[in-house]
Amino acid sequence: MFSFCTDPSVLAAPAWFACYLTTGKLMLFYASFGTVLLLLAITAPVALAFGFAGAAAARSRVTPLSWLGKIYIAMVRGVPDIVFFLFFVIALDQGLEYLRHKVKCPEWDEPIRQGSDFIVCAAAKLPLSTSPQAWHEVYGFSLAVLTFSIVFGAFAANVLFGAMRAVPRAQLETAEAYGMTHRQTFWRILVPQMWVYALPGLSNLWMVLIKATPLLFLLGVEDIVYWARELGGAKTARFTDYPHADWRVWYFLALLIFYLAFTRVSEIVLDRIMARLTHGQATAAGEAQRKAAA
Amino acid sequence: MSCWDTVHAYAFRSIGMGERLLPRSDFTICEQIVLIGSGMIWNVYFGICALVLGFALATGLAVAKNSSNFFLRKAATWFIFVFRGSPLFIQFFFAYFLFLSLKGFSPVFDPFTSAALGALIVLFFNTAAYAGEIFYGALQSVPKGDIEAADAYGLAGLARFRRIVWPTMLRLAWPAYTNEAIFLFHATTLVFFSGFPAWRQQGDALYYANYFADKTFNPFIPYPILAGYFIALTLVIVGLFGLVNKRLNRHLPADRRARVRYRPNLMR
Repeated sequence: MFSFCTDPSVLAAPAWFACYLTTGKLMLFYASFGTVLLLLAITAPVALAFGFAGAAAARSRVTPLSWLGKIYIAMVRGVPDIVFFLFFVIALDQGLEYLRHKVKCPEWDEPIRQGSDFIVCAAAKLPLSTSPQAWHEVYGFSLAVLTFSIVFGAFAANVLFGAMRAVPRAQLETAEAYGMTHRQTFWRILVPQMWVYALPGLSNLWMVLIKATPLLFLLGVEDIVYWARELGGAKTARFTDYPHADWRVWYFLALLIFYLAFTRVSEIVLDRIMARLTHGQATAAGEAQRKAAA
Repeated sequence: MSCWDTVHAYAFRSIGMGERLLPRSDFTICEQIVLIGSGMIWNVYFGICALVLGFALATGLAVAKNSSNFFLRKAATWFIFVFRGSPLFIQFFFAYFLFLSLKGFSPVFDPFTSAALGALIVLFFNTAAYAGEIFYGALQSVPKGDIEAADAYGLAGLARFRRIVWPTMLRLAWPAYTNEAIFLFHATTLVFFSGFPAWRQQGDALYYANYFADKTFNPFIPYPILAGYFIALTLVIVGLFGLVNKRLNRHLPADRRARVRYRPNLMR
């Protein structure tokens, strides 16, 4: 990076660190923070959409659909979410390959599960073994995003289902009295009003989502935890220009501080949004705001 | 090998008793159920020990955060912020590598790098922080009248806290604390995925479930078994905490009692 970095072994500590912190490997570490943010940016809206669909399904008057929604909501209760993470990544992968196998290789007659092996034809592999490394990484990341979205969608469905029930019944009855159909009542009356009830739960969910991002590591994505372990380990002079002892504790301290700062900033922003949204609402918090101003 | 033999060989495998080698091929359902169940010993151990220790510290933290002493209040607030604001997964990693570095200075720290002690400490602090925040919230909602009544009876200091404030605090906090306990047990599954080594393949339930899923490449059997164990464990916790809740609320008329509502939207 800098011109004086040609021979790090002779540098004094500040210059040495300036060089060390700008090596290519460290740049990959910094980029992995982007991976985490990207995951959050994609997962949050997708999970919200899953959650909305789940909550709407649970409210449906069609019995099988409402069962489906309720099962989805109940799914995350009682079982550690990390189990779902580990489960869905393999299950989704195998499910997709199975479907492609059925479509692309109908003449294949051997069983797919042979003892401890899961065998599909080469054309059904995801991604194809001929595709470049980048596609493998994109596929792995997409699976992780989908897994996160399914699990957090279930959490969000739970929150939104509760919020939909919190909307005063009289509002819906009034809509019906005006002759609105079920669909109209749902979209014009229920959905616009539910957000203020959903926001505390959703902001809690956002914090939870932030704190779940290190689990990307378990799903096989090269995220910040992966790089902190890789880079922090003791390095000898034979393999690198920047030998150091075991620094993993410092790397993880940095991650700890990163997450603390991230959750703190989120908390402040969400509090502001909540204050803005409760303004003038007929809720306890809105009433408290009115009294404080008066 | 019959299923009974399997139980004999692997029921206590996770604490180093019975067969030394894990099954390597021709995995039966029985083996998976027994071995994953054996791993539950660790989850229950971590959960109960952290919960009991954490309960005491959480009470202290809540009182400290509510105290008028500036330093005590700041210390408790920061402790709670650090453990609630960061992912448990990162806390495990950090603690493990911290203990590993400390080991270089003094052999006193040797046992801390094992999961049995090191991970327990992290879980203990973590649950204390979460429960401390719950208790703090409850402490602030103790009715003013209760405290005035205590004053009128001449109760003060420790006696007032022990006989009036603390029981009311527990009663108000109990529904939320039940959820915290459930999530603590769920969080114990992270231990062996976060640096702490499973010595001689003595791991928790998820460790074995993951072992089977890796070996058989079939996630559809071990993970549902694990889910079954955890649902059972959750039901037991809900039952036991429900009994305590009943006792805490026994002086109240039926319609004013707090009901334990299960709210699963929490995770570390």
